[in-house]
Formats: sequence, C-alpha cells, structure tokens
Amino acid sequence: MLEQVARRLPPRWSTGRTVLAIVLVVLVLAFLSIIKMELVVNGLFLGLIIALGAIGLSMIYGILKFANIAHGDYMTWGAYIAFFLLGTLLPRSTGFGPFTFGYSLFIALPLTMLALVATALILDRLIYRRLRRRGVSMVLLAMVSLGVAIALRGLVQVIWGGGTEQYPRLSKPFYQLPLEVRIPPDSIFIGALALILVVALYLFLTRTKMGKAMRATSDNLELARVSGINTEHVIWWTWAIGASLAATAGVLLAVFQAQLFPVMGWKILIPLFAAVILGGIGNPYGALAGALIIGVTAEVSTQWLTPTYKPAIAFGIMIVTLLLRPRGLFGVRE
Amino acid sequence: MGLLEVYDVVSGYGETEILHGVSIAVDEGEMVTIIGPNGSGKSTLLKTIIGLVQANKGRVIFQGEDITRVAPESIVRKGICYVPQSSNVFPSLTIHENLEMGAFVRTDDFRQRIAEMYDLFPDLAERPRERAGRLSGGQRQMLALARALMLDPVLLLLDEPSAGLAPNLVTLVLEKILGINKTGVAIVLVEQNAHEALRLSKRGYILAMGQNQLEDRGESLLENPEVARLYLGG
Repeated sequence: MLEQVARRLPPRWSTGRTVLAIVLVVLVLAFLSIIKMELVVNGLFLGLIIALGAIGLSMIYGILKFANIAHGDYMTWGAYIAFFLLGTLLPRSTGFGPFTFGYSLFIALPLTMLALVATALILDRLIYRRLRRRGVSMVLLAMVSLGVAIALRGLVQVIWGGGTEQYPRLSKPFYQLPLEVRIPPDSIFIGALALILVVALYLFLTRTKMGKAMRATSDNLELARVSGINTEHVIWWTWAIGASLAATAGVLLAVFQAQLFPVMGWKILIPLFAAVILGGIGNPYGALAGALIIGVTAEVSTQWLTPTYKPAIAFGIMIVTLLLRPRGLFGVRE
Repeated sequence: MGLLEVYDVVSGYGETEILHGVSIAVDEGEMVTIIGPNGSGKSTLLKTIIGLVQANKGRVIFQGEDITRVAPESIVRKGICYVPQSSNVFPSLTIHENLEMGAFVRTDDFRQRIAEMYDLFPDLAERPRERAGRLSGGQRQMLALARALMLDPVLLLLDEPSAGLAPNLVTLVLEKILGINKTGVAIVLVEQNAHEALRLSKRGYILAMGQNQLEDRGESLLENPEVARLYLGG
C-alpha cells in the first residue's frame, strides 16, 4: 500500500511548489476552523527554534558524516550557560521593552555562543578528531556522540541539579492578533532572531569563500581536498556554526518554554532528527523547512492529543518520510 | 632530471596492498599514458601521487622535492592537479562555484582564468549558474577538467576522463586534453580507451597486478604484438 502511494508522488517536487502546497493546506484548514490558527503560529515559532538546532545537525552530518546525538545536549548547555551568566556575572534585569527577559540576555547570548563554540571545538580536538584520523565508521562516531550526550547531561545535573529553573522574568500580556491568535511577546524576539541567523547563514554559505568551501566539502570531501581546501578548517567552521546555532536554540527554547531543565535538549532530539530527515539529510535549507513542518504539526496535534505525544508526532513523520521518500522533501537524488 | 619521479611505490587501502612497487617518470610538458586491466592499480597510483592514499614504501619526487607524505591540499599548491574518475565535480554547487573552488588556494584575481575556461569549454559558459549535478556526462567531464585547470597546474593527473562517454564525446575530450598538453601542461593520463590515448601520448606505461609491466613510446606499445594481445583486445 505504502509503495503504491510513494509511486504516485511526483519524482521531484520543486522546493517552491512543495512549500506553497503545504502553506495553502494549512491556511484552508485554519479558515475552515478545523485547526486553530494560534497553534499554527506557535508551531512556526517552535519550528524556528527546532530549525536552529536542525540546521547545525544537518551541516555536521553533511561534512563530518555522522549523526551528532549530542546536539540536543549542546542546546541544553547553551540554555544553562546563559542561566549561569544571567544569575551571577551579569546584572539582574527583567522586562526589557515588551519582553519578559531583561537586557542582560542580549549580553548573555553572544557570550553563551562563544562558550559553546569553544566547548564544541575542544570536544572535537579531544575526541572526534582522533577517531576521524583512525578512519572509524559513522556508526561508531554516532555512538561516541551518544556518550558525549550522556556525559554533558550528567554534568548539567551535577552542577545545577535535576530541577526546573527559570531565567529572571517579568510576566507580560500576550499580543492579540486576528483569527483569535494570541502570542507571547517573547515569540517576536524568538522569530526575529532565528530568521536573522538563518538569513546570515544563507549569505555565508552562498557568498563567502569559506561558506562555499563548506558546501563543497559536504558534497565531496576528497575532491575538496584535491582542490586545496583544508578540510580540517572546514570542520572547525562547521562545529563553530553548529554550536553557535545550538546555543541560540537552547536559550530561545528556555525563553519559549519559560523554563529550563536538564533533559530539555535530549527531549527535542527526535524533532531535530525528524526535521533533518524530512528536509533531506545534509541540506540546511531542507532542515529549515522540515523544522517548520515538524513544529506546526506537533503544536497542531495538541488540539486533539495531549502534549505528551508531541515527540511521537515528530517520530511518526520521520518514519513516514523514511518509508515514502528516504531522501527527504528537498534531497536531491545522487 | 624529470618533473615527476615515482620510485618503487608500495601503497593501498588499510590492510589491502594495491601497488607492489611501481615506478614512473614524467618530464616537463610531457603526456604519459598509463594503461592496464581493471584492478591493476592505475587509479591508486594517481591517488598516491596526489596524497589521497599514503605510500607505505617508496618515494614521490616532484620538481626535486619529496612529496611522499605531504597532504593533498598542500600538494595542490605545488602545481599538481587531479581529476578523479567519478564524482569529480561538486554537484550542489553551480558551474561558476565549481570553478571558484578550483581556484580555492589562489589569492589573486582569477576572473581572467575563469573567462579562459569558458573560452576553452564553451558549453560551460552558457549556463554558469546551473548546478553541476544537473549537467550531462560530457559537460561534467569538461567542468572537472576546467576545475583542475583553474590553478594553472604544471602537472595534471587524469583518471579515465573518457569513462562512460559516448564515442564522439570521447574523441572531443581527448582532443581537449591534447590541447591542454600543447600549452605546456604535463599530463599523466589513465585510460580505458588505450588505442586513442597511446596514439596521443609520447610515452606509455603498462601496469598489471600493481607492478610495472612495460614502458615504451606510445606508438611502439601500440605496435607491440604482445601488448596488443594482452591489453588492447587483439
């Protein structure tokens, strides 16, 4: 049965048409009041946060050729580094403009990104580079990253305990939009920052020499080397970009959920992988589209299911993608 | 003294040894063809020269300098460029971006060089923003050659540039290669189309089972009855 459905799908949808079709379906359903527009909008914001993680995960897969299972825990670390900075080093502040958080977050965020980039580079130097030089398989690298994930989470629990924490915050009224959409003001900040980073990354990948070298290395590492590209430098840049996006995603998730806890990143790992697979593994733009679809679907599902099932929805989308279209919506056939 | 000298090189992948002591020499501006049956180590020889495969024994000397243990990204800077047999373009990059990656180590303005490549391969000039993954087999080979030429190499290593192409394209590609050689670029050409390649080359080597079998002028190899029987299909 599934094979028949798969055969009927067009062999290659253009990216534009796929996106347009999905947007139209969602809009029609919303106008017919079958789904709540508010959930769609919130899903888009959640999707943008997932996208920041998924883009990094997809790039790391494309260039280092392994699934970084620790990526969710990099996000957790980002959230907790910012929590540490906001609680100790930086002046306590809340309620900046329309937002719940204070101006200190704007200082904490770049510092958190730097700290997580340093962490990712040190971990690469200590662990992944050695394994790379021995030419170990991608399965083994993924298992090692599972170990890193567990170690990072353990460290969070040792330092901050296993409980739930919060950034200093001041409650603010929601914005009322048409179609009974209510959004928390923080979401404006989340959406704007995520979009700025995605656009910046796009410009980096298409306009700069190192960005193009990263895409080239993702295509074909040996050919990149014989073109004179130092692929170790490319790998450092990949970790740096992946880690700074993960740091931002972690902080934004803590703001979005109004709380942070040690398994927050681990719990979002399945949506991250689902977004990467849905978009076509190794394709950062696909990861963005995949993340938005996962975010919206997971949020809208809460209209009928309890929110506990959100990861199951993502997991379901991932399995259906793998069965019907293993190269993802935007993956190119070799 | 030659441009490139490979002395008694032993190399392979992991535990598997492919080359059991191969030696070749290439002079400035010379075109040398290497032929041999499948699995004789032709591709491994090129990969060992460019540094993608580590030589366990033996030495590779280029312009008097030992490059045996030098990484590929450094060897490229010394003037050797390499075109693999398959996967020899970056499929998700545009034609233009592929050429830019060919010039990755150049710090000067290479727009002139890109224009020269478009003159040499007019097919590529028509759609510089087309993704390389959407090109036909022949166009891909042209782009692969153009990418490797962006650095103005002294020596070009070509691994079966005519593999999988229609007969008329084979002739076209080999003519382009001869034209490149005439501009003074030394070439090591690994080829399945042995007849045509040997006719174009000054000298040829025959490899079999990871060892040198014969070395002679291209024409002499073609006339050699034993070579004809064993390697040229009668």
